[in-house]
Parts: sequence; C-alpha cells; structure tokens
Amino acid sequence: MLQEKEIIDRLNEIFAFVFDDDSIKITRATTSNDVDGWDSLTHVTLIGEIEEAFGFKFMMKEIVGMKNVGEMIDIIAQRAKK
Amino acid sequence: MNRNSMAVLSKLAKRNPAEELPVYRLAVVGDCSTQHLSQAIRGTGIIHDVNIEIFDADYDQISAQIDDSSSELYSFAPDGVFIMMCTEKLYSRYLSTRADERVNFAQNEYGLISRRWNTLAGKTKSVIIQSLFCEYDDRVFGSFACRLPGSFIYQLRRLNMLISEGAAAGNNVYPVDFSFLASEMGYMTVKSPIVYGMAKLPFSTEYIPQAAEAVVNIILALKGKSVKCIILDLDDTLWGGTVSEDGMEGIQIGELGTGYAFSAIQTYMKELKNRGILLAVCSKNYEDKAKEPFLKHPDMILRLEDFALFVANWKPKAENIRYIQSNLNIGMDSLVFIDNSPFERAAVRAAIPEITVPEMPEDPAEYVNFLRRENLFEAVSYTPEDAGRTLLYRAEAGRRQAEKDSSTYEDFLRSLDMHAECDSFSSFWYPRIAQLSQRSNQFNLRTVRYTEADIERIARDSAYITRYFVLHDSFGDSGLISAFIMHPCDEESLFVESWFMSCRVLKRTMEEFIVNAMISAARRAGYKKVIGEYIPTSKNAMVSNIYSKLGFTDLGNGRFEADVASFVKNETFIGWY
Repeated sequence: MLQEKEIIDRLNEIFAFVFDDDSIKITRATTSNDVDGWDSLTHVTLIGEIEEAFGFKFMMKEIVGMKNVGEMIDIIAQRAKK
Repeated sequence: MNRNSMAVLSKLAKRNPAEELPVYRLAVVGDCSTQHLSQAIRGTGIIHDVNIEIFDADYDQISAQIDDSSSELYSFAPDGVFIMMCTEKLYSRYLSTRADERVNFAQNEYGLISRRWNTLAGKTKSVIIQSLFCEYDDRVFGSFACRLPGSFIYQLRRLNMLISEGAAAGNNVYPVDFSFLASEMGYMTVKSPIVYGMAKLPFSTEYIPQAAEAVVNIILALKGKSVKCIILDLDDTLWGGTVSEDGMEGIQIGELGTGYAFSAIQTYMKELKNRGILLAVCSKNYEDKAKEPFLKHPDMILRLEDFALFVANWKPKAENIRYIQSNLNIGMDSLVFIDNSPFERAAVRAAIPEITVPEMPEDPAEYVNFLRRENLFEAVSYTPEDAGRTLLYRAEAGRRQAEKDSSTYEDFLRSLDMHAECDSFSSFWYPRIAQLSQRSNQFNLRTVRYTEADIERIARDSAYITRYFVLHDSFGDSGLISAFIMHPCDEESLFVESWFMSCRVLKRTMEEFIVNAMISAARRAGYKKVIGEYIPTSKNAMVSNIYSKLGFTDLGNGRFEADVASFVKNETFIGWY
C-alpha cells in the first residue's frame, strides 16, 4: 500500500496541473470550496487524471460520496495499482 | 502524466494562441455534455497550429440552436457546426419507441438529422460535421439481433449508413466516424458509464483527446492542411533486409514469413498513391541496386512508375528531402517521412521541423496498423483525377528534362505547344475546383477555402463571374490547374474574390493568360475596373506582387486595380484550346 505522504505529494502535483496553480497546497481537509475552479466540469478531468496516475477506476458511489481530499486519499490508498 | 490528456488539452485551450494562427470558428451542439470535448478540440487545434474558436451550446440544445434564426449559433457565424449525438440518448429514444414502430426507428431519426442539415444549409454556408454513432447493443437477442430489423443494433447500423449516404449525396456534411473508432478501440474504452451517468459525457475522459483529434483532423483538411506526399526509405521499411548486402534475392517480401509485413505496407502505400498521395523514395543506397527489386522482383507490389521521384544516394536524408520537396513544389508541412531507423528519423526531424515523421514501431508487422491509427491522410474531397496525380508529376519530370534540353526558356515554352481551356464553372468541375481551393496554399491570393456546395452556389449565382483553366501541352493534360471568382463591388468594378493556381504550372505564362482572361471577362460584362486583393498568409508570399507584375496598379494595403479600357495584354505562350 502507498504511504499517505507519497499519495498527497502526487495528488498535489495533479491538482496543481489540473487547476493551473503551482502554489496549491492540499490537505486532508481540502474540499471543492477551497480550490479555485473546482467545479463539476474540472472534477471529471481531475478524476480522469487521478485514475490514469494511480492505475485504477473510482466507483460511482466513491465519486459521488467523497466529502474531501482525505476521503479521496483513503480510496487511493486502498485501490492504487501504481 | 499523459502528454495529451484531457487536463493538458484544457490547459492549452485556455492559452491565448499566437496571433498569426489561422482561425476556424466551430459551433458545437450536442444531445450530451460537450464542454470537455470542446476544450479538447480547441487544445488539439492549438497543437496543430489552428486557432479553433468555439461556441459550445448549452446541454441538449441541438434543435433549439439550429431552428431559431436568432440563436447564438447563427450570431456566432461559424465556419463549421459540429453536431455531437451520443449512442446513450439514441438508445433511450429507441426504448421509448413502440415495438411495432422500431423497424422504422433509423429512418425517423435520419429524417430529423437531415432536416437539421437542410435548416443549417438554408441559413448559413458553414460545413456540418456530423457524428456517427458508436456501435452498442444490449444483447437482448445476442447475434440474432443482426437478422432482426427491429433490434437496436440493426437500426443503429442502418442509421449510420443513412447518414453516410446523405452526406455522400449532399456536399456540405462530413461525418466523423466514431463508429469505426469505437470498434477499433473497444466500446468499453471509449465509453464510461460513470462519467456519462454523472456528467453526460459522450466519451470516457481517457478517450476524449482521440475523439477531439478525429474532429480536428477534418477541420485541418478543410483548412488545406493535408498530406500530399509520402517519402519512403527502402531497406527494412519497404522490404526486409539490406538490398546492397543481401542482394535482390535475399530481401524479405511476399506472402511467406516476415515478407508478409512488407507486402502489407507496400499494398497500403499503393492504395494511398491511388487515392492521390504522391510517393517518393529517399534511400541511402546505390541507385541501381535500389531500383532493381522494383524492376525485377516478382513479389514487389510497388513499381518504379508508382513513385513521383526516386532518390537513392549517400547524401544526408534531410538534404534529399529538401530536393524532393522543391522538385515537387509542395509545402514541407504536407510531407510525411517514413523510415525504420530512429537515427534517420531524429536527424530529419531536427533538420526539418515542419515535416511529419511518425515514430514507427520496431516490429514491421505493426507498421500498417500503426500508420492507420495515426490517421495522417484525412481527406475532405476526392475526384477521379486524384488517382492520376503521380502521372501528372511524372509528366512534369519530362517537362523539366525538355527545359534542360532547350537552348532558351522561350524555346522551351514554345516547344511545349500549350493550349488552355477556359470557361465558367460547370458541374463536372465543381469537386476539382473546391479541392484546388483547399489544397492551394502558395499560389492563392486570398486563401478562401470552398466546399463543393459553395462552388455550386457561386456557379449558379448570376452575380458572379467565374473561370476555370485546364492546361494541355505536348506532354499531356495538366488537368484543372486554376480558377478565379469575381463579383461586382459597385456598378463599374469587379472584385476578384479568389484566384488560386496549382504550382505545377508556375512560370509557363499561365498567370499572364489568366489575368488576360480576367480583364476580357470584365470587358465583356461591361465593367470598367477589376480590383484584386492579396491577403498574406505564412505560405503565399510568392504571389504578393503578382497583380502589379501583370499590369495592375498597386493601391496599397494589398489592393490592386486594373483599368479595363487601357489594359495592355500580357505576353503569353499559351493559346486557346
């Protein structure tokens, strides 16, 4: 299983890329309200990038149910293949 | 991260493109969510140096946008309208069709689609890019569905065919073949029930870049960016082995063993040649050794006459490619170079950045599948004349030899015994005129691209004065090589809306002949002045001064004027046919 630190570093890179903001610093508590441009449109792009980077597919209930980045990290920790 | 992932493309889409990029205005309407696709189309355009400005209509507004003359779509004044219809919506409409009505489902759907095309054609001149449906079946009947006219897959396939037939009959509709692409990639890759369910995206996020590329390829071809010539290496590209070492008997070609892969690529190249793409050889080789298989080997599919040019020597390939390019007189960005050696590919890429150099797979067995998937040869027109294009270029080589053999250039021109056929546009020539407008980049005064439907409309409109030109000489027929379109700008003057010419006939005094014809057409119609305009692009500098050279007065700002009464005919070596 991937270490939380590694996941959050890699996720941060993806967030910075997708939201075009190099200064972005995500934490477990980050939600879509905290990130400029995180709307339903960019959410789909973000999920696609995470799936590609970590080599797995989110399930529908996960995509709908994630409340914050912390829950995203927990799913990645369980399911990531790379 | 994937080089061209959705995130990369949407980032590119937000960037301000360089000002000199050509612009294409695309309206996107769909029965699904098209925002991602639109962003990816724009981003892909930027990679290919076209600034695709997009109006992306709100969700599920196809009819609303197309039927209402005052809609945002029409005020956007698009060059093209992309109509994206997804299989999921089609299926749900099918499900709500009564069982006894399902045999007519495709016909009814096509009725709606073709009505939209007609409405668009009545209100705009824009081309229509119509999606085909990805093949899907619920397997309620299994393969039995294929013999059951009321089943979904039966109706879906019929609908795709009706769209193709409708597009083939009209001239302004270009289907984008998502059906083929989905069967190539697999429905499970192309579609994602999750992103469709949540966001109504017609494609999975990983596939959107490829779907966008399929649309952009059509736009690029419409903008005149198409491949005109493929330059091929020989050893381990067109046959296995090294002919100068293994001898002609030792090379791998033919039905057996590894030869099959090379026969396959030769067959593929022959098909491309027959559809009008020139082939040329560029090989580090002894010329006689390199030509021997084409002359004598029984299993070779390509023969010497299939090539417009054959260059085999020991010079650097980039140098030979420049020679081929200047000899054929086509743009460097319309060339593709195919070579099995990564070293040669890298050297050519470094020396000539404009040329397309596919990163060929290591295994020759994969060559054809790889090239197919690159989709380098998108076309927006085809005329029977295309098949003979290699002959035209080979006749051209004969002319160049005659030029060398003549003591003066004038003697050469006289020896050609040239006659031109010149008349107003007629239906036989519509496809070729449209195609020439799309393909001509260098000798093109205003670079207006016309579809067949545009040409037909202009030909039928009595306000326009049009001429096409076909050149014949002692080496044969050069085909339709030029056309101009004029319309009145006031009671006394005609404006030359377009004048384009194939570079094959440069410096034969054809330009002089055409301008003389322009002035006499204006005189006959009772006009006193002809106004020409030159709009610069990155490619057409060669004609920046053509009007002043041929007797027009430079008015500044790229505009030129000729006085019909006092015009002195240009000297030409071309007679009337």
